Amino acid sequence: MVAQNIGFAIIAIIMVIGALRVVTTSNVVHAALWLVVVLAGAAAQYILLAAEFVAITQVLVYIGAVMVLFLFGTMLTRSRIGRDSGLNNSYAKLGIPVAVVLFVAMALALSKSFGTEKLPSDGSLVTTQQISDQIFGPYLLPFWALSFVLLAAVIGAIVLARKD
Amino acid sequence: MYSLLAVVIPYWGQSLLRVLGGLVAVLLPAGTIVYVFLFKMMSFMQSRLGPMEAGPYGSMQLFAEVGKWLQKEDIQPHNADKRIFRMAPIIVLMSTFLLVAVVPFGPDAWFTNFETGVFYALAVSSISVLGILMAGWSSANKYSLLGGLRAAGQLIAYELPMVLAVMGVVIQAGTMNLQQIVLAQNAGSIFGTDIVGNPYVLTQFVGFVVFMIAVQAELTQAPFDMPIAESELVSGYMTEYSGFRFLIFFIGEFATAGVFAMIASTLFLGGWGVPFSWFGWTSMDSVANWMNVAGPLIVFTKMMVLVFLIMWIRFSYPRFREDQLQRFAWKVLIPISLANIMVTAVLKVAF
Repeated sequence: MVAQNIGFAIIAIIMVIGALRVVTTSNVVHAALWLVVVLAGAAAQYILLAAEFVAITQVLVYIGAVMVLFLFGTMLTRSRIGRDSGLNNSYAKLGIPVAVVLFVAMALALSKSFGTEKLPSDGSLVTTQQISDQIFGPYLLPFWALSFVLLAAVIGAIVLARKD
Repeated sequence: MYSLLAVVIPYWGQSLLRVLGGLVAVLLPAGTIVYVFLFKMMSFMQSRLGPMEAGPYGSMQLFAEVGKWLQKEDIQPHNADKRIFRMAPIIVLMSTFLLVAVVPFGPDAWFTNFETGVFYALAVSSISVLGILMAGWSSANKYSLLGGLRAAGQLIAYELPMVLAVMGVVIQAGTMNLQQIVLAQNAGSIFGTDIVGNPYVLTQFVGFVVFMIAVQAELTQAPFDMPIAESELVSGYMTEYSGFRFLIFFIGEFATAGVFAMIASTLFLGGWGVPFSWFGWTSMDSVANWMNVAGPLIVFTKMMVLVFLIMWIRFSYPRFREDQLQRFAWKVLIPISLANIMVTAVLKVAF
């Protein structure tokens, strides 16, 4: 058992508790804040995997932007303090089997394809430069396509939001 | 720090030194900024003396203030969401401490030497928005909530020009590591003259101006202080905070100003270095060991110059309106910084 495994276990336990609290808490803002804990845990796991760039991107995009917008939206609309009844709708029970099936499918797929892979122990890790070489080299076309989809989404949002 | 001044320090000693160094690097600039700029410079600009009683020229005033805040009663509003109310200031201060971790202070005197230092700094600086939103929401006060929402909108809007302004520096230096950016500036030359190295404030002046404006907005200093606009919102998201919780917000505000100024001085003013041609250094390894002591002082001096700029603008200009703020970010700063990136990239390829 190496130190990384202990670190992984501690962070994973915090993440599981946080994920359970997201769906069991009775306040929308609390749920969003527990989600921040889960996402920060994911960033910490990336650091343990020596994926520095992905971890920082996780913090910048999910904690710095997505969750802030989430909180911004909920605080503008339904920002009651205290317990909020009626958060669960009638499909809440249906979510449990869907979540279990998704979890099993993802776990099988991941362990099938990466189950035997190991990080290089000699410190030769994937650098940010290599990642950018990959994105702007062989994966340039998918990157462009993604950018185009995002641009379309932004323009769509503006068209929907504009009244005049 | 492996062999600071030729003394080999064990790993636990290095870690301890880094933690203590982090505390000093956050709290010392914060205290200095509050005394020199908030107490003395502001008073000078308003034709008054400022604190004069506590110590020579009131220099002990800050300790008296801290003592006053610490002994105040810890008041929490009855309807507040107490746990989140207590967590919010700590998250704001935590993002400051995370931020200082990447600032290099000398050839070996750094806390962490991240490969993607600039990117990390931009990412963790956005965590403070969470704390501000939490403070605004949990206070159970409409003014607080309005202040929190204003802060979130402003900080998201001005993060973008900040990231884009830094891109020019990253393109020119060819790296995101702050230590390498310092090296590139001090070992560089402008058209063959290396008497001042190549501080990016000269070659990236547009980026520097955009970055400093964005820093002013990120710190919610006037003219960008709508989130805590005292004439409209009492005190914005800080309205319900008193005693030591307010003290944490207060330290966080000025410590973040100091840390952002340190990052700006690293990116644009050459950081801890002096132009390497003065002493005949060529690479990071040939830099003399005494720079580990001189470096922090140089960073501190450059930080004070930049904080002076921030405070000068803070005390001189009236507040923006909310729509002017958003228009300024999206229609002025972002196009300028995009153009700056394009010109920088073209020139980088051309030279």
